[in-house]
Amino acid sequence: MSLPFLTLLLSLQLVGEILHLAFGLSVPGPVIGMALLFAGLMIRGGAPPALEKTAFGLLENLSLLFVPAGVGVMLYLPLLAAEWRSVLIALVGSTIAAIAVTGWVMVKLNRPDSNEQPPELPEQSP
Amino acid sequence: MSRDIGDLWVYLAATPLTGLTITLGAYVFGQWIFRRSGHRPILNPVLLAVVILVGVLSVTGVDYPTYFQGAQFVHFLLGPATVALAVPLYRQFDKVRRSALSLSVALVAGSLTAAGTAMLLGGWMGASREVLLSLAPKSVTTPIAMGIAELTGGLPSLTAVLVILTGILGAVAGTGVLRLVGIVDPKATGFAMGLASHGIGTARALELGEIQGAFAGLAMGLNGLLTAVLLPLILAWLGV
Repeated sequence: MSLPFLTLLLSLQLVGEILHLAFGLSVPGPVIGMALLFAGLMIRGGAPPALEKTAFGLLENLSLLFVPAGVGVMLYLPLLAAEWRSVLIALVGSTIAAIAVTGWVMVKLNRPDSNEQPPELPEQSP
Repeated sequence: MSRDIGDLWVYLAATPLTGLTITLGAYVFGQWIFRRSGHRPILNPVLLAVVILVGVLSVTGVDYPTYFQGAQFVHFLLGPATVALAVPLYRQFDKVRRSALSLSVALVAGSLTAAGTAMLLGGWMGASREVLLSLAPKSVTTPIAMGIAELTGGLPSLTAVLVILTGILGAVAGTGVLRLVGIVDPKATGFAMGLASHGIGTARALELGEIQGAFAGLAMGLNGLLTAVLLPLILAWLGV
């Protein structure tokens, strides 16, 4: 993990938060920060190896970062209890439908291109 | 030993170190179970960790704000990690550009499906108007979803829970659903999981591979934008 690049990530998030607040944007600060970093990489024409290392270092355990927010569900269990049946059906049904429809439409419309590799086996991110 | 067990407990329950340690501990244990089971989707590490931690906190009577004082150090990293998603996106941008058309159509179709089926199924099951409006943006990343719910007359706090539950559901069921409809393409896999279940789906997609992760991160951002623009308009047009 490189300190300068961790600082860069935090700075871009901070700029994103400022833009979010200053212009009342619906997009959250970190997502604006992601767009800014992407734009920067496009302009620069490449990602420095130390930035890649820092980024993948954070992303390697991205799932973990959602655990504290997930535990927050306990606060709202009483709220859910009243209508849990309809909520459960709606969540399960629509999540499955959204995944299936999105994946299906994308595959159907994909131009088959010759230089595409065959579907790869599941692998760990670097 | 001058300190008795009671004092020790008071200290442990209050120190942020405990919240942080049990968060990491529950997740590492969840990962271990997940690997030992041969990656069975239902034994998803996030799901296991959340269930374990809710159980531990309920049994010990520690409230969420106290727990969060420690857990916030993990939670905080979500911000820079989201910014960092630009790196895989940039590295896979050639593939993104080549799929621009299919990706745009899939975005609109998926976004409408996510909100539409949630409201239809909820309505069919007799959910109240407030719950339906809180359900509509549940595939979108939490801050955007809460903003939408506030605008349309849902309950932002309920939306936040539904968003998290949707994310966990997508991470658990995503690969199985895609296999069932015969989709193996890594781009479509990632895009579908990021669209339907935002950051938690993106995290799961990254575990499958970098292409999946890049497309998932992109789908999360785009679906957030599209839903924020479209959903309030559609609901107003329908007169909901």
